[in-house]
Amino acid sequence: MAKKKPDSPAPSEDVELRRDLLRSMLLQRRFEERCAEAYALGKIGGFCHLYIGQEACGTGAISILRPDDYVITTYRDHGQALARGIAPRAIMAELFGRIDGVVRGKGGSMHLFDRNVNFLGGHGIVGGHVPIATGVGFAIKYRGGDQVCVCFMGESVANTGAFHEALNMAALWKLPVVFIIENNRYGMGTALERASSIHDIYTRAASYDMPRGVVDGQDVMVVRAAVQEAVDRARTESTPTLLEVRTYRFMGHSMSDAVSGTYRTKEELEEYLKRDPIIVLRTQLQQAGQLTDDEFAKLDADVKAVVQDAWDFAEQSPEPPLEALYEDVLVDTTSDAHAEAAVAAD
Amino acid sequence: MSVITYRDALNQALREEMHRDDRVFIMGEEVAVYQGAYKVSKGLLQEFGEMRVVDTPITELGFAGVGVGAAMVGLRPIIEFMTWNFALLAIDQVVNSAAKMLYMSGGQFNIPMVFRGPNGAALQLSAQHSQAWESWLAHIPGLKVVAPGTPYDAKGLLKSAIRDDNPVIVLEGEMLYNTKGEVPDSDEVIVPIGKAELKREGEHASIITHGKMILVALQAADQLAKQGINVDVVDLRTIRPMDIDAITTSVRKTNRAVVLEEGWELCGVGAQVVDYVQRECFDDLDAPVVRVHQADVPMPYAKNLERAAKPDAAKTVAAVKKVMYLE
Repeated sequence: MAKKKPDSPAPSEDVELRRDLLRSMLLQRRFEERCAEAYALGKIGGFCHLYIGQEACGTGAISILRPDDYVITTYRDHGQALARGIAPRAIMAELFGRIDGVVRGKGGSMHLFDRNVNFLGGHGIVGGHVPIATGVGFAIKYRGGDQVCVCFMGESVANTGAFHEALNMAALWKLPVVFIIENNRYGMGTALERASSIHDIYTRAASYDMPRGVVDGQDVMVVRAAVQEAVDRARTESTPTLLEVRTYRFMGHSMSDAVSGTYRTKEELEEYLKRDPIIVLRTQLQQAGQLTDDEFAKLDADVKAVVQDAWDFAEQSPEPPLEALYEDVLVDTTSDAHAEAAVAAD
Repeated sequence: MSVITYRDALNQALREEMHRDDRVFIMGEEVAVYQGAYKVSKGLLQEFGEMRVVDTPITELGFAGVGVGAAMVGLRPIIEFMTWNFALLAIDQVVNSAAKMLYMSGGQFNIPMVFRGPNGAALQLSAQHSQAWESWLAHIPGLKVVAPGTPYDAKGLLKSAIRDDNPVIVLEGEMLYNTKGEVPDSDEVIVPIGKAELKREGEHASIITHGKMILVALQAADQLAKQGINVDVVDLRTIRPMDIDAITTSVRKTNRAVVLEEGWELCGVGAQVVDYVQRECFDDLDAPVVRVHQADVPMPYAKNLERAAKPDAAKTVAAVKKVMYLE
């Protein structure tokens, strides 16, 4: 798959699209900057992995999808959840551990799920969700549907057995899954070159005779074009794709490590910061005369207000009641409500 | 009523439930073309086709996860493990995905699926192929765990498991597949999950057990009866959730209990049964509860050593005599 340059003469719907993408990425950025603040204040606990720097990957890919397509991802899931349309309030309330959280305070940062937008979760075990994505693809084919499942993962997943097993079956059975590796160069603090015998991760797909490609993950329009091609192939030919999207994490692995850390240099980080996906898109729009500084400032103020609203909402949302502790361990198969639901489903 | 094998009882359950609900499919190693490593899925490929009877590569972690994914979006998978020993490769999907999904999604995504296959020792298969995993699996909230010991229970519990909206572990037995028993000729053989059954009634002591060890317990009961000792044999049938009432009702009647299981002693299912007994029946007990279990060693190969390692009727008889202070 060749790298694609975005078309330079942009028609008006394209301007609209780019502005929407810019807004989405800016919302994710401002949202997560406040997450870091809330974490420092002790309002968010546990593990919290920020997506800052990688926003173009999820935003570009998800912008291709239909509402009935499926998205599944890792524990670094805030940005993709926002891109998929989960309300900032519901996500922030979840991070604060409150009852109005998107999973009622049961999952936290790593486990955002929303059935309404077919967001099948943030999953916490590296590699664990990749076979699940293959299973979603299997179910689509089983029912004869034309949906697609997009599965996001970091580059370190490619070294797990689950990845190999899942991609082999997806290719063997020709399932409509797009596996997107967000290669941010480091699995926690271990550089790709110190963890993988192959450095062009996408070439692993050759082992499964699976279509593959590698693109610049800092340019949202480039990501979109590549994912469009892969999604089309999944939807019309029921064929999976492995897409490597090269990006960079601007923050630490989680909240417990320094931004640059012992495993990478400040100079390297500064070099990558020049290709901030938000700056890349903003510059494209400004150079084409499609965005002024004032317009950008207004956009920024808008998303900051949305994030402040999410913060205020989360703070006012109550903690889950103690009865919730024992709820949703199992579906209650004895209640009348369950029997009625089963009849309705039949 | 027909007398059929445990294997055929499971096969009937699969066939009937696949007819009843087209969201149900079976997936695993050798389930289709080979007709099942133990022939439990015999004939299903011909009847239901390759989309619903799916051979997989040897990739337990992978196909267990495929089942979870399919269940998340509305199908009802039956994942067959050729044996539960191989399921250890898939335990991340069983525990971290299937068991946790409903809870960590705040009740949004239930996992209506079955993980099934033979559990425990057969004959001379040695250490890696002779292990009883029920205490590991029953430890996990979010799972249900059943261990049928008879053809009737095998059919009835597997059907209940397939219809359940939660992940259910079905522990079968290689040594059980050829055993025979009466099963009604009806589509509606349903054994509720979470209900034990008194497989034999007596008044002198209770043997509390499950799964394959039912056969051992009944053998021991026969031998004891010849000596004038009559025992209750309580078949738990479901390990999680456990039928505490059935245990306490029997122990309150007999005042003496032996807990028999195929697995190892430490943190075994029997340890939990003993805990329920001491909590609920402390004043009813006339003797400390005695447990019978596998020797605390990996399973050896040599016939005599294997026999020494396994729980059997003689060990169970001795345990009953011990709680009756007859030895």
